[in-house]
Amino acid sequence: MDISTQSTEAPPPAPRSSGATRKRAARGATRPGDRVFLALSRGSGILLLVIMAAIAVFLTYRASLALSKNEGNFLTTFEWNTGLVPPVFGIAVLAFGTVVSAIIAMALAVPVAVGIALFITHYAPRKLGGPIAYVIDLLAAVPSIVYGLWGAIVLVPHLNGLFGWLDTYLGWTGIFSWQGGAPRSMLTVGILLAIMILPIITNVSREVFRQAPQMHQEAALALGATRWEVIRMSVLPFGRSGVISASMLGLGRALGETMAVATVLSPSFDIQASLLDPGGGTFAQNIAAKFNEATVFGQDALIASGLVLFVITLLVNGAARFIINRRKEYSGANA
Amino acid sequence: MSNAPVTRKHASTLRGGSLPKWSPWAIAAGSVAVGMGVSLAAGLDSKIQWGLIAAIVFVLGTYVFAARVEGRRQAKDRVATSLVWVCFIVAVVPLVSLIWETIKRGVKVFDTYFLSHSMGVVADAETGGGIYHAIIGTLEQVGIASLIAVPIGVLTAIYLVEYGRGKLARAVTFFVDVMTGIPSIVAGLFVLSFWILILDMGYSGFAGAMALSILMMPVVVRSTEEMLKLVPNELREASLALGIPKWRTILKVVLPTSIGGITTGVMLAVARITGETAPVLLLVWGTGFINNNPFDGPQASLPLYIYRQYSAGTPASTDRAWAAALALILFVMILNMGARAIARWKAPKTGR
Repeated sequence: MDISTQSTEAPPPAPRSSGATRKRAARGATRPGDRVFLALSRGSGILLLVIMAAIAVFLTYRASLALSKNEGNFLTTFEWNTGLVPPVFGIAVLAFGTVVSAIIAMALAVPVAVGIALFITHYAPRKLGGPIAYVIDLLAAVPSIVYGLWGAIVLVPHLNGLFGWLDTYLGWTGIFSWQGGAPRSMLTVGILLAIMILPIITNVSREVFRQAPQMHQEAALALGATRWEVIRMSVLPFGRSGVISASMLGLGRALGETMAVATVLSPSFDIQASLLDPGGGTFAQNIAAKFNEATVFGQDALIASGLVLFVITLLVNGAARFIINRRKEYSGANA
Repeated sequence: MSNAPVTRKHASTLRGGSLPKWSPWAIAAGSVAVGMGVSLAAGLDSKIQWGLIAAIVFVLGTYVFAARVEGRRQAKDRVATSLVWVCFIVAVVPLVSLIWETIKRGVKVFDTYFLSHSMGVVADAETGGGIYHAIIGTLEQVGIASLIAVPIGVLTAIYLVEYGRGKLARAVTFFVDVMTGIPSIVAGLFVLSFWILILDMGYSGFAGAMALSILMMPVVVRSTEEMLKLVPNELREASLALGIPKWRTILKVVLPTSIGGITTGVMLAVARITGETAPVLLLVWGTGFINNNPFDGPQASLPLYIYRQYSAGTPASTDRAWAAALALILFVMILNMGARAIARWKAPKTGR
């Protein structure tokens, strides 16, 4: 029985026990099973770190191969011709398209998602709230390619009317002018991305709103506040950082989305002044579209653009996590 | 009641006038009518425009009525309520449409023939063909990815919850969080760069599975970690007090207590990677033929099949794309519902 030996050995410093064994006994990792198990679990933790590092290292290595031969400026060139003999490619168009489509998606999705989250937690009849939350959970799992298929075949024809409207009433701004091409533009992409990230933002915000302190809300009600005043004064301030981090998670998803953009957008390698005219592209869409015809060098160039996307999403997600972690609750475990 | 002030409730100064209970419904019905009327009169054909007009009329109408009868504070409250309802409906319409259209268009060619035949030599414009080869590919790739990701993910979570202290654990937690947000196409590019470009291994189902496992690991770690944290410390302490080694405590007490939640997390992660297209597109390449060997040569997969059939653009291939989308959604939804059912059934006792 190793229990008894350990317990008798540990407290008084027996003359034969050296410093090393005492230290190990104190840590409680004397048994071989424990040591193996700790090594295994720590090893997988380290493996995860190694994978992250490897992603950064390999992408950077292949990207540097491509960048060293690039004749254009990687950041400002409006071209993607990796087949030319001095190859010319740059990410200006892709960066612009990625940022613009993500901004549109956020502007549309965040307010609506907050609205739905409030609807589920504070407005819906109690019997309805649970099932709605369940269905929205399920919708978060619909694969992006299905959203893409739906967007390209069902949503795009429906947008003709809306685009005509925007052109008629807001066309003078320049951003919303429309030359009448198929509505497969940045705005379409933004709308589709908004629909896709809606369930994620809703789910996280809902959880935060649900945790808003009941006492504050009841106190506000008792002072005669209306339901909206309760929400504005006690629920929204409590949930603000949660909503911000939920939005950042949605943003990360929107930035990296590939298939939905690739099916809906009709891409071109220039920047359209209007959001309604087809054209432009995003990092992920460009990779999916150009990959099949790319040579090894072309693939390296695509990897270079993927590296930029990787860094952007790292920053966005890191920021989101930083905000979440600032207000982490206490958990029941030892950790 | 003989007391006059009590009976004359409506004259009380404490509570102003209020709209009757049915008023939101009436305003909603009215605004839908206005929306339809305006659209018909102006000859607008898009239902999106109809809905937008109705929604704006609804919110404005609510404010005007409430402000006149109930005062500004109540009016704001009512506008907020109506806005929240509008948000809900605006969001539900596309999501319902997505499911509805997929089912409606998918059932056209969705039958046992479709499930049990590959594309083989079927041309894009021809009818016939099926998704058998894609189902095989998806099952094998997702299976291999799970075999890689689940042990690593669960062990990492055990490390974080049961052992983790200090810098290493904090670094792992942070990078697991960051890893959750890696775009799937970047995971694909990573495997492409070292497996295909540097090691020169060629496109295969296994390459795709590696990328999928990278996407799956952080999800498994996250959900397992949450579940392990729910296991009450009393259970651990009771086991350790009996002299059971820590590793046996983890294997025999902690894991069985939380196995339901861990299973749920794994199933949700599987559902997530089943729908990933981008890494498969980069690494598995796709084929119309049946390839049962995930370690050699291009395979197909369901999401990739949908993309290819959609890109082909003929009526027959579009029908096939919808049917495959239906199959994919069914698969993912069944996994999801099963996962949630297990979660509810095997929810850990929280010790209270």
